[in-house]
Amino acid sequence: MRAIGLVALHVFRDSVRDKVLYSIVAFAVLLMAASYLIGQLTAGEDLKIIKDLGLAAMSLMGLFIAVFIGIGLIAREIDRRSIYAVLAKPVRRTELIVGKYLGLVGTLFVNLAVMAVAYYVILAYIGSTLSPAALKAAPAPAADPRLLLAVVMIGFELALVTAIALFWSTFSSSALLSAGLTVAMYVAGQFGADLKNFEQVVESPAAGMVGRGLYYLLPNFAAFDIKTEVVHALPVQPGYLVLTAVYALVYIALLLVASVVIFSRRDFK
Amino acid sequence: MKKATAIVLGAVALPVLAAGVVALQIVRERAFPGREPAQQALYVSSPAVLTRLALGFDDVVADLYWIRAIQYYGSTRLSPSADKSYALLYPLLDLTTSLDPNFNIAYEFGSFFLSEKPPGGPGRSDLAIRLLEKGITARPDRFQYPYDVGFVHYRDGDYAAAADWFERAAATSGAKKEGERADLWLKPLAASTRATGGDTRSARLMYEQLLNADAAWLRNDAQRRLKQLDAIDQIAELQRRVGEYERRFGDPPPSWRDLTQADYLQGVQLDSEGRPVDPEGYVYVLNPWWGDVTINPDSPLWPLPTENPA
Repeated sequence: MRAIGLVALHVFRDSVRDKVLYSIVAFAVLLMAASYLIGQLTAGEDLKIIKDLGLAAMSLMGLFIAVFIGIGLIAREIDRRSIYAVLAKPVRRTELIVGKYLGLVGTLFVNLAVMAVAYYVILAYIGSTLSPAALKAAPAPAADPRLLLAVVMIGFELALVTAIALFWSTFSSSALLSAGLTVAMYVAGQFGADLKNFEQVVESPAAGMVGRGLYYLLPNFAAFDIKTEVVHALPVQPGYLVLTAVYALVYIALLLVASVVIFSRRDFK
Repeated sequence: MKKATAIVLGAVALPVLAAGVVALQIVRERAFPGREPAQQALYVSSPAVLTRLALGFDDVVADLYWIRAIQYYGSTRLSPSADKSYALLYPLLDLTTSLDPNFNIAYEFGSFFLSEKPPGGPGRSDLAIRLLEKGITARPDRFQYPYDVGFVHYRDGDYAAAADWFERAAATSGAKKEGERADLWLKPLAASTRATGGDTRSARLMYEQLLNADAAWLRNDAQRRLKQLDAIDQIAELQRRVGEYERRFGDPPPSWRDLTQADYLQGVQLDSEGRPVDPEGYVYVLNPWWGDVTINPDSPLWPLPTENPA
């Protein structure tokens, strides 16, 4: 456990030192601030649009961090040949994988927290500038605590994306290929409903079954998207949130085990 | 390159190049003033395709399409071009509401824009109602959408249909919500609309509700419409007094001064010269031959809605 913690801490420190990370977070905060200007173009429902843009900025920037830092976690060590020095130390391959993963997820969550604080500051400011009529017309308060539910679900989604990126990183030495495969899985995971109903649009029952099989096999990223519900103050069942979170944790565990198996069998000679 | 040289170069070259970029932009715009951006087009018109392309960012893409719909409506309305077909307005609103079926403002304002008579809008009440029916399917609890359908019918002069929709709005669960109780004004509105058709009382009730709208432009529009309704009532009253004058003297009054001197304008808002003025302070026009009273063409309230009060 201590080795996992040390590796995670190292990844966290390494990521925090990365200037790209700061640029991404700064860009997200800037985007959220700019949403105030965009809200001026909308002839009403400024608050809804600002909330949408803020959540989308967090999700998108988190996705960039998860993919582009996640794919380099192992591949970069191999590329730089620093993997030899790491494996020569009393660190098991399993500990290395889990530690790397937890380090990046920790970095992601810290970034998400920074973005969420900036988001709430902006929303609170905008809420203070809105007329009583506009606030009354809005379905939820400006700095609505329920928005945190969407942020938490974004966190689970990004944790899953990181696990996918790490999985491909252990599988392939090419960062470009790993990034492509991770993004492809993310995109495919958005088409869950289409895959599930594939049999309704194809004549072949076999093709329909393949579509349905892929629906259950691929990560269902659409399930994490509760942005619409929280922004419009629509009910979200607690049971749904718990099940989706457990789904993410089990899928992450699956990917980490697969990563460990592949990485353990890899020969670096 | 030495560090000092790089600093000097940066300090000189960066401002020069930045100024150059701005200057070139100005020169190009002056040299080619008539160059318009490419005509607006909708590259993806299928809501189903766009929902898939949005990759989970449906809400943000809906926001962008909503902003685009507003910009399109505004630019077409203000454009000097004779083409006021607003051909892309409905597809843009359809995409917006398909991406975010809970986008209230897109239904409410969108239907308002669509049903606006040319040149202020395409005058497509059918599309406005289709958009609102989509909203009713998405949110059957909201009273605003059936109310807006009634509003569209009211503006078209179909008072029976308008009254039916106001009643339907009053029956929704949203209308009965505590603190809102919209059914308390929707039911009288339906009854008034059904009984008296296009009288100013029903229209006034509707525009008074719009004074509480979220958007400033909609509140301003409602204020203007209420002033127009005041003007319609004032003209009716002035017309009655002109008629009394004519019955007494045999001819319409040659001017407002004659009517004032005969003491027929008591209780009417007058300017310093004793002439009746509309809510914006413009003197009403009196036709000395026929005795017709009309709004001043210079008044911001001109033209008044004459066919129906809405």
